[in-house]
Amino acid sequence: MLHIINKAPLTNCALDSCLRVAQSGDILLIEDAVYAATSGNAFEGKIREALDRFKIYVLMPDLEARGLADRIIEGISPVDYGGFVDLTTTNKNCQSWL
Amino acid sequence: MKFGIVVNEGPYQHQASDTAYLFCKAAIEKGHEVWRVFFYHDGVNNASKLTEPPQDDRNIVNRWGKLNEEHGVDLVVCVAAALRRGIKEENLAKGFRISGLGQMVEAGVKTDRLIVFGD
Amino acid sequence: MSDIKKFMFVNRKAPHGTIYALESLEVVLITAAFDQDVSLVFLDDGVYQLKKGQQTKGIATKNFSPAYRALEGYDVEKLYVEKESMEARGLSEEDLLVDVTVLGRAEMGELMDQQDVVLSF
Repeated sequence: MLHIINKAPLTNCALDSCLRVAQSGDILLIEDAVYAATSGNAFEGKIREALDRFKIYVLMPDLEARGLADRIIEGISPVDYGGFVDLTTTNKNCQSWL
Repeated sequence: MKFGIVVNEGPYQHQASDTAYLFCKAAIEKGHEVWRVFFYHDGVNNASKLTEPPQDDRNIVNRWGKLNEEHGVDLVVCVAAALRRGIKEENLAKGFRISGLGQMVEAGVKTDRLIVFGD
Repeated sequence: MSDIKKFMFVNRKAPHGTIYALESLEVVLITAAFDQDVSLVFLDDGVYQLKKGQQTKGIATKNFSPAYRALEGYDVEKLYVEKESMEARGLSEEDLLVDVTVLGRAEMGELMDQQDVVLSF
């Protein structure tokens, strides 16, 4: 399953809940959730742990818009909108953690 | 693949509508079909023809309309959510149509993937 | 529509503060009417949607919580609450206005994996 997260990790529990409940699959960080993909943020430890269980992607146009494109945590893969589309097709289902 | 899209937030207020649109464009460019976009909750405001953004900003409403015109994407606005928020036939933008929630269910049944964009 | 798919509605938002819970319930009822396999999940603040004893008179809004009890009449019988979310909010099954199946987080995750369509509002 593709888990799509769009909330910043320090203001909303969406990503935390996803990491608690989801068993496997891919995680895509979009919109304000891209802050979770940046090194030095207080959620980084949890992201690093999660990288052992999930493949994590970040939507680059959203990260660029927020001025943090150069701070991606190692192990997180950047994608563009085309890559986003591909992730929805390679996973058999998807869930937006709104 | 055949995609269904659900948009739950209004234009300009939240990024959901922009992300949904850019996703649709990328999917079409990759040769997929975007069968239907269903607008629910405040998402119905994406269909107001009274929208007038400043000259230097994107026109979200017309952008959706173009997807309908150029790629035949079915743009459906939920009637119950629309009436609550003052969207009616008389102020409905070109390319959109108003219909029932069953159209969202149908999008879930008939497409390969239903992707939700919201808050 | 002859094809039957597994639809899951994931409710993660509290009622009243926003309209999401109410409008989500409207979709659930329609989906059931289309003879689809419907599951409802209550996670995080979504658990508050099921709290007994909601009285909305004082905030002058519609109290839609009794509608959860009507779900059974529409053959929507698969209601799941995540144990961790419920406990984190100081609630137990006795606080809820309908019968639910309580699942641990891992079981909940597995159930999500099995769905065809997952909707969240």
